[in-house]
Amino acid sequence: MAIFLVLVPLAFLLGLVGLGAFMWALKDDQFDDLDRHAAEILREDGEGQ
Amino acid sequence: MSGTVDYSCFARGDDDRLSLYLQVEGMRCASCAWRIEQALQAHPGVEARINFSTERLRLSWPRAEGAQAANDYAHEVEALGFHVAPFDADSRMQQSRAEERFLLGCLAVAGFATLAVMLFTDPLWFLSEAQLNGPTRDLMHWATGLIAMPATLWCGRPFFRSALSALSHGRTNMDVPISLAVLLANAMSLFETIRHGRYVYFDASVMLLFFLLIGRYLDLKARGRARAAAEGLLAMLEGTATVLRDGATVALRIRDIRLGEVLLVAPGEKIAADGIVSDGQSEVDTHLVTGETLPRPVKAGDTVYAGMINTSAPLRVMVSAAADDSLLSEIVSLMEKAEQSQSPYVRFADRVAGLYAPVVHGLALATFFGWMAWGYVAHRPVTWEDALLNAMAVLIITCPCALGLAVPVAQVVAAGAMMRRGILVKDGSALERLAEADRVRFDKTGTLTLGRPELVGDMPLSAEEQPLALALARASRHPLSIALARRLETHGVIAADLGRIVEYPGKGVEARLAGRTIRLGSPAWIGCAAAGEDLACAFAVDDRPPQLLRFSDRTRPEAKASVRRLEAQGLECAILSGDRRAAVAPVAAELGLTAAVGLSPAEKVDAIHRQAAIGHRVLMVGDGLNDGPALAAGHVSIAPASASDVGQMAADLVFLGDSLAPVPTAIDAARRTMRVVRQNFVLAIGYNMLAVPLALAGMVTPLVAAIAMSTSSIIVVANALRLRRIGA
Repeated sequence: MAIFLVLVPLAFLLGLVGLGAFMWALKDDQFDDLDRHAAEILREDGEGQ
Repeated sequence: MSGTVDYSCFARGDDDRLSLYLQVEGMRCASCAWRIEQALQAHPGVEARINFSTERLRLSWPRAEGAQAANDYAHEVEALGFHVAPFDADSRMQQSRAEERFLLGCLAVAGFATLAVMLFTDPLWFLSEAQLNGPTRDLMHWATGLIAMPATLWCGRPFFRSALSALSHGRTNMDVPISLAVLLANAMSLFETIRHGRYVYFDASVMLLFFLLIGRYLDLKARGRARAAAEGLLAMLEGTATVLRDGATVALRIRDIRLGEVLLVAPGEKIAADGIVSDGQSEVDTHLVTGETLPRPVKAGDTVYAGMINTSAPLRVMVSAAADDSLLSEIVSLMEKAEQSQSPYVRFADRVAGLYAPVVHGLALATFFGWMAWGYVAHRPVTWEDALLNAMAVLIITCPCALGLAVPVAQVVAAGAMMRRGILVKDGSALERLAEADRVRFDKTGTLTLGRPELVGDMPLSAEEQPLALALARASRHPLSIALARRLETHGVIAADLGRIVEYPGKGVEARLAGRTIRLGSPAWIGCAAAGEDLACAFAVDDRPPQLLRFSDRTRPEAKASVRRLEAQGLECAILSGDRRAAVAPVAAELGLTAAVGLSPAEKVDAIHRQAAIGHRVLMVGDGLNDGPALAAGHVSIAPASASDVGQMAADLVFLGDSLAPVPTAIDAARRTMRVVRQNFVLAIGYNMLAVPLALAGMVTPLVAAIAMSTSSIIVVANALRLRRIGA
């Protein structure tokens, strides 16, 4: 059972890392426009944003 | 911050009144909107109307009060606990984006905390008393508490804020019992942990917030779509136009165009402002403005309106009304007035919540005092902690978790299913309103009909003539030419090379090939008898007799079947048209409908208001600019995807494709959605109510609370998912 003392905090930390990554992506505007990037390939290079 | 804004400069004059649009933040329900309106209208002569879904306040007051009064009114709204700002489409976009991001962040933290807390709560639920002795249990409690408390405080902020602002102004809303349950659960659990108690509810408070945040995020998504639609309306007045100034042409913003300036309108361009043609001869496509199928010939001296499209030759137009006074702005303001004159629609969920919150608070309070009294009467050792713990269990058990989830999930699932069937739902409450409709009013051109002429019968032109006709037809933007070209193209005809083609405005097009003159145009011009034919053109090669081509504006496929289906659904149908009786009568006869004809936009609105006044709920189906106000005035409205921008913006739903069948399908879908929403309420509340006796008796353990909460949420979501098969 002693292994839990390692595994449980480890699982918790890994989860925190995932949450941190999501929050970073959110702050970084990555969820602001979910449609644009799919259409990006249809644009000419350098045309608009 | 608001103190530095001078609202008076945003006020606009309108006869003897001044008006102003303000954006109001912080309204959570229709009663907030009502309170603001009441407070402002307490001033003599002040009119205030709030559009809840767009969060806009239209305020008007007598000019005598002066523009400075704007600041007083704005501060008054702020004193009620709402934030106001001058209406500004761009900043609103930023704000709704920031709000979405804020909710998404809270949702992520709540989701993570729910999982993490479960890690420690599972053993608490399932290990026997012997396996889980005192210190181990305390350790588990501390671990869950240290995760849950910061997490709930952080991701409960949307609820706390709204509850706080409601309470500080003496109101109450759905977020008050939610916040109370979460905070009390945390406080009591901490207290229990410190005194080595057996039960803690940290997991319940985290899970509750997680479920509620899902519902709130979906709700925000649905409302965002409605807001985007209203913003587009103002964009109609943006855009640019070409103006002749001092002999040179300049591009100007439409709203900067002055009275008396001369606009240059190229063929194919939209006329930017109302005016009088000063030079040139052409035809203008008026269907967006008046709903007529055929273009109208114009020459110097004729009046044209913003929104009409110049089809054949360049025109010079002397501006007779600035952008703010143009027919388009009049229609837009008529539309806004129609929208604002509607009583704010109180959504089903809000109506239920209004009844539910007091009951829950009352029950919790009764539990507390009941236990205290029972301990006193029966001389039992009931401490106030135990009584409070039980009261809190009631709050947690009855918390409107499923209420917050039932409607958004059902609406999002239904809207998704309808989207796949070609019906776009723009507004969160549109399905509710659609389910209530009992009258349908159709526009004719472009709504019951396709709004584009099509060749009637067989192609009269020979295989040799067809390539010549196609080449001529392509050179013109006249609707009949476009129809002819489309017909020929679908039959694989390849256009002949005619070289120079000359267009005679109002008459037709002409080209020369090998010494022969080839003409396509009005029957009168070509010299072909076409008595009583409205929609006809003629084609002639000079040495042969001219051929007459007949067109008609066909009704949409399945129009008749759709109208019959609507009637079978218990809706009474009729036509409200701006067109002439002669044009409307055949369509009305074909579909078996009564028709009111020759109506102006304002008369269409009146016709709808008359129905509303006797208690009917009107579904308006229309497409044109002239239908915009009627679409806004209807209890609910649908526009085809071929509609004008204004029509699409004003409508609550938009359907794709030519067929009219999506209209009855949408009604079916809306009624089914509302059935599911009602079932969800019964399921969710009923399910929680089952556990209330347990809570009253003080027998709700954290496990029971968690099961009750998650099961009711899962049932509600599963029931809503049945709507995926809508219209299938």
